[in-house]
Amino acid sequence: MQIVVFTRSTPDTAAKVEVAADGRVTWGDAALVVNPWDEYALEEAIVQAKNAGGKATVIALGPEMHNDALKHALAMGMDEAARVQDAALDPADSLSYATAAAAAAKKVDGVELVIFGKESIDVGSDQHAYQTARKLGWPMLSSVSKIVAVDFAAKTITVERLLEQGKQVVTSKLPAVLSVTKEINEPRYPSFIGIRKASKAVIPEWSLADLGVSAVAARTQVGRFMNLPAREGQVEMIAGTPEEMATKLVDRLLEEKVL
Amino acid sequence: MSAVLVWIETFKGQALNAGREALGAGQLLAERFGVPLTAVVFGPNAAAIGAELGEFGAVNAVVCEDTTLSDYRLEPYAALLTKLVQEHQPKAVVAIGSSRGRELLAASAADTDSSLLTEVLSLSVRDDGAIQVVRPVYAGKVLSEAVGSAAGTQFVALRGRAFQAPAANAGARASVTTVAPVLSEDAIATKISSFEEEVGKVNLTDAAIIVSGGRAVANNPKDAPAGVPDATVWKAQDAFANVLQPLADVLGGAVGASRAAVDAGYIPYAHQVGQTGKTVSPDVYIACGISGAIQHQAGMRSSRVIVAINKDAEAPIFKLARYGLVGDLFQIVPALTAELKKRLGK
Repeated sequence: MQIVVFTRSTPDTAAKVEVAADGRVTWGDAALVVNPWDEYALEEAIVQAKNAGGKATVIALGPEMHNDALKHALAMGMDEAARVQDAALDPADSLSYATAAAAAAKKVDGVELVIFGKESIDVGSDQHAYQTARKLGWPMLSSVSKIVAVDFAAKTITVERLLEQGKQVVTSKLPAVLSVTKEINEPRYPSFIGIRKASKAVIPEWSLADLGVSAVAARTQVGRFMNLPAREGQVEMIAGTPEEMATKLVDRLLEEKVL
Repeated sequence: MSAVLVWIETFKGQALNAGREALGAGQLLAERFGVPLTAVVFGPNAAAIGAELGEFGAVNAVVCEDTTLSDYRLEPYAALLTKLVQEHQPKAVVAIGSSRGRELLAASAADTDSSLLTEVLSLSVRDDGAIQVVRPVYAGKVLSEAVGSAAGTQFVALRGRAFQAPAANAGARASVTTVAPVLSEDAIATKISSFEEEVGKVNLTDAAIIVSGGRAVANNPKDAPAGVPDATVWKAQDAFANVLQPLADVLGGAVGASRAAVDAGYIPYAHQVGQTGKTVSPDVYIACGISGAIQHQAGMRSSRVIVAINKDAEAPIFKLARYGLVGDLFQIVPALTAELKKRLGK
């Protein structure tokens, strides 16, 4: 039995990301980190694979910058890593991504579970996870906050999902694709030994030909990037006793017709 | 039938109001493409809901009330939406990008190899028929223009509160067509065993007003009762329940929190606003004891009016705020609640 996690490198969450004069997105000298949501997916895969006596494999799609995330995942305790690299692949387009990701997951022997983090912060989307599930033809369980029970022999999984209106408990057949939220676990920090081992790891590269798929033409194109519009106006400081502050603030909010 | 389809999310046999925003965006597209606007509604009461969406611009409604669609599940919903797309070749499929809306549109776009643009803040149609949108990337720190593919159906999932609902046309009715489901219960791999609803809570992403608390809520002057396992956590939880919640209640709003407050165990994760929580854009965002780290800003900076209440006059949140109040939230927030009760007549 194997569990596959898909990850990618993204700029550090504390980085100031902006659009430079040449139109490119920059994040200064901030480090690349594993996409923050994926840490929960990696932790869950490590724990579930160990409990079931299986293996956990981490895969990234795209250029060499994603090796940073893969090495972090190996340092955390993932067993294997691989990167899909092909000139014909456009991992920024979710359909192109999902077609390659589904083929990569199927290349992993005995895969029963694919886990994604809730979202990729760089592309600002989670659509690639759902589309990978569809291309695999497997059920998708999104926003999972807890794996209640999993039985790889009987091929069933029961999870708790965090939805807008509350918590849902749902059972599905395996294999399945999950996306997990922050509530599911507390990701571990990589150990010193893990980091040393990961730094020496040679990460295999898979081409689309290795995966037995041909490239899917991207259906979407990204145009220019723009900085956020500056917030208009200056802050108005409201002073006085708490009661005076309250009165003045309510006056202002009523004037603005926002209450 | 070429059309623009708008999927209307329902819960317990009622349409979610945010669906009207999707009809607003759908109407822009339908007019531009010169095709009718069609609402798609699945689940209990779908026919009645679909007909009534005529008030918000739907000309037609395609509905299915089969029991396999009673509770939202991705497989039967996506299978049916995909079939509608294959049969009718609509110009576009639009929905609010709630957790259900995002996965449903993504699934159906994958099934039909169509373009999909999510978290859409604004949109237009180019002369070649491609839909061009603006959407946030890098956790909302940067905006990006992106373009769909005019060759097929273009799927668009909207950010909540980014589009206006059409003006209501009281009494107008959509023409309803009932369709059959695609999957039988035996063919559906997922079974829902329970649902625990959060009753009476306003959903953060829909809320017009949000009162949010940071780590400073633990400075609650109230004494924790003897014997509680952690006095700090008790104080913070008490502050969320008895200081911030009453302000949210009088405003009909929701309670949010910073990551620091969530990580410290003061309030459940569902309330977290920011880069690893929810992105919100209410009319008013009242930040209480929140310093305004860049990760928090990413989740709330598109709010219309930001009010910052903080002891530290140097806190970065004041750079975003329209109104700044320097002082103790435990004095200011109750005073604000009392004043609003008086002024709003509650």
